[in-house]
Amino acid sequence: MSGDHTYQPSNAFTRWLDERLPIMGIVDHMMDYPTPKNINYWWTFGGILSFCLASQIVTGVILAMHYTPHVSMAFNSIEHIMRDVNYGHLIRYAHANGASMFFIAVYIHMFRGLYYGSYKAPREVLWILGVVIFLLMMAAGFMGYVLPWGQMSFWGATVITNLFSAIPYVGDAIRELLWGGFSVDNPTLNRFFSLHYLIPFIIAGVVILHIWALHVPGNNNPLGINVKDKQDTVPFHPYMTAKDGFALVLFLILFSYFVFFNPNAMGHPDNYIRANALVTPAHIVPEWYYLPFYAILRAVPDKLGGVIAMFGAIAVLFILPWLDRSAVRSARFRPLYRQFFFIFLACCLGLGYLGAMPAEGIYVIASRILTIYYFAHFLVILPVLGMIEKPKPLPESISKAVLDAHGGSASANAAAAPEKR
Amino acid sequence: MAVTDTDEPTRRDFLYIATGSFTAIGGAYLVWPLIDQMNPDASALALASIEVDLSSIEVGQSMTVKWRGKPVFIRRRSAEEIEAARAVPLSDLIDPEARNDNLPDGSPADDQNRAPAGKEEWLIMVGICTHLGCVPKGQSMSDKKGDFGGWFCPCHGSHYDTAGRIRKGPAPQNLEVPVLTFLSDTKIKIG
Amino acid sequence: MTDTTHKTEGRPCIFTRACGVTPFLTALAIAVLGYTFVFAGDAKAAGGGIEYKNVEWTFDGPFGTFDRSQLKRGYKVYQEVCSACHSMDLVSFRNLSQPGGPEFSEAEVKVIAAEFEIVDPVEFDEAGDPIERPALPRDRFPAPFPNDNAARASNGGALPPDFSVLAKARPNGVNYIYSLLTGYEDAPAGLEMNEGMSYNAYFEGHQIGMAPPLSDEIVEYEDGTPMTLDQYAKDVVAFMYWAAEPKMEERKQIGFQVILYLLVLAGLLYFVTRKLWADQH
Repeated sequence: MSGDHTYQPSNAFTRWLDERLPIMGIVDHMMDYPTPKNINYWWTFGGILSFCLASQIVTGVILAMHYTPHVSMAFNSIEHIMRDVNYGHLIRYAHANGASMFFIAVYIHMFRGLYYGSYKAPREVLWILGVVIFLLMMAAGFMGYVLPWGQMSFWGATVITNLFSAIPYVGDAIRELLWGGFSVDNPTLNRFFSLHYLIPFIIAGVVILHIWALHVPGNNNPLGINVKDKQDTVPFHPYMTAKDGFALVLFLILFSYFVFFNPNAMGHPDNYIRANALVTPAHIVPEWYYLPFYAILRAVPDKLGGVIAMFGAIAVLFILPWLDRSAVRSARFRPLYRQFFFIFLACCLGLGYLGAMPAEGIYVIASRILTIYYFAHFLVILPVLGMIEKPKPLPESISKAVLDAHGGSASANAAAAPEKR
Repeated sequence: MAVTDTDEPTRRDFLYIATGSFTAIGGAYLVWPLIDQMNPDASALALASIEVDLSSIEVGQSMTVKWRGKPVFIRRRSAEEIEAARAVPLSDLIDPEARNDNLPDGSPADDQNRAPAGKEEWLIMVGICTHLGCVPKGQSMSDKKGDFGGWFCPCHGSHYDTAGRIRKGPAPQNLEVPVLTFLSDTKIKIG
Repeated sequence: MTDTTHKTEGRPCIFTRACGVTPFLTALAIAVLGYTFVFAGDAKAAGGGIEYKNVEWTFDGPFGTFDRSQLKRGYKVYQEVCSACHSMDLVSFRNLSQPGGPEFSEAEVKVIAAEFEIVDPVEFDEAGDPIERPALPRDRFPAPFPNDNAARASNGGALPPDFSVLAKARPNGVNYIYSLLTGYEDAPAGLEMNEGMSYNAYFEGHQIGMAPPLSDEIVEYEDGTPMTLDQYAKDVVAFMYWAAEPKMEERKQIGFQVILYLLVLAGLLYFVTRKLWADQH
């Protein structure tokens, strides 16, 4: 992969295996993979996300052993898991909250990429594969939420599948195709269950490509400058495995808090009401992780326009590497971009908030302003910044910058971590 | 480092080993719920016993009931059938053990140990061949009852006698007698 | 506090700005708080803006557990009052004796169950007719009506909701149900009440189809607990919350062990990381 990996089988068996399947060489490469020594804790979310995917697959496979995908039994089978299956309540809460934790981690991972310019050459393919994973996660999350067959499941499925009816000419036909009938019903539930089981394995496949595309150019780093020599890097194991492990355990503490002490905080009470095709809940919202996109959908006062805006909000991420023309990667050396990054972050959080509010009055106006800003950030601000911004001088090398940080300008660090000795 | 370099390696190794072991212990604990979820759940355990009314069964007739998803054979044996079962010497049996869950392990397989004490006309057994789990024939009047007049498993040719003991064929054990309680003369609880 | 301390003592990388965990955790905490704020707003919007009465429940918070005698009383209130209209079809009699619930003895549960005559949900007799028999611990609580239409027909068109998970199916469920049960008042002057409706301060729209279900002294308590409307409401709400979250105590107990374990592991990994990185700069 990254050129000079030099695995030498150490005994007869590994030699035998290496000639037939050079898997130990890949393991060896993973262990020794040179990682920029200055990458910070925001980089640990890659490992955390791998854990999230594995955890969702394991708990999901277990839930499928007890769940019944039928409109008359789905709700009760979830309650059967909650009440009767050994440890079923914990496994189900771990899966439901695991989805939220997965999205928390992926959003942090994405904003880290935005801040440090990780999408820029030579990492465009890495970024695009990441956006593909994000899209697949959204599909899996949506279909998973339908499975308990509560009120939010049913009406969420109804609203999202109705988005497709906005497509001119073929919209209604596509909608019926998705439903397998004339409304969301048993065929819909069955196919969503099937696809919900399938998608995580597709994600796992794309994750392998994502890691492959990472290991060719190597990691970006907070300085955004290229690795020059061995001085700039440390082997992945044990340095990054220990650091990632530490961060993962911190993440698990937060995860455990939700699973064990506040398991329904990120769900919606209406989903504990059985699906009822005749009554829509008074206040229908998607899961929190779709809220920014939901706000964009509602901001546009036109059915097709709203759908285009919502999908466009994700599509624009695919062309991001070519919208941002600045040669400097890290926001640390881009004073203007840095400010616009935080405005954009606030804009996304704001859209998330508005997505949860009723679509009326001031909320609609605010959603429109933020939606326009969201697109302006990518389509106007980034290209213009690339032309007018004067970046700060870049350090010579990673190792030099690290040494300087320790010797020359450590006052900020001392404030963050008071002396103990 | 404030710590001197000489004792550094041992302290460091200890820390690594402690962390590694602690992680491994946590991993092992995590695995248990993931496995235990496959064990019978609370609703299955709640169905673990059933009550059966025997009053409609005539002498010589059989009835099959479902218990824990398995067939249970209930036969009201005739005097001749009991006689035939009692006449068999233990040395003729393939499996000399009673396989009766109401008795201690290793009780001999004589007829008294196969039927409930004092209710010898009733023979109540799990109707699962001890070979590979098929249901033997012999419950209905028209069934082939095998060479010993009891039950015959068509899958691989195991013959059971009128006390449900294996007499011929590949099955290794006598048919299992489940835990039983007579609630009255005509009512039993299985399990 | 000076630069030289950093140089001479070789403060490990984990404390430095380049990869420090402190700013990382701060940012994370802000993000989490931000989203909690969104959820709080969401719940409020869903609640129609009515402020509920806030009861201190024994099961609140990470250390909260159920009060067994309160659950037993709550069961009595449910059975003698609510179950006339409200089903609880996910709860079985056997649940009443399982750990973490009211914890009746198994013998008591058999007696409780046998008071109900039910139709066997699975088996038929030899003639193919349904079997009517006393309920067993394994049976679900019998429903007051055979189906939703029958329930509506007997309740002036309104469907009394099933109680099994109701305490989780409303925002701030326990306080909402308690407020509702204790929130019957005389309609304010000038408000035109519809036929058969009662005024309730906490029900959305204030006109509720359910006549006031509880009043002082309607259920006999044998343990000396005051037989007041307020006490009945608290007890039955606690019982409903248990019915919705029957594994709450087990969950919290395991949660403590898990979080304790993770804290120790985090400490160990912190020192491992620190030691490893100490020689890197």
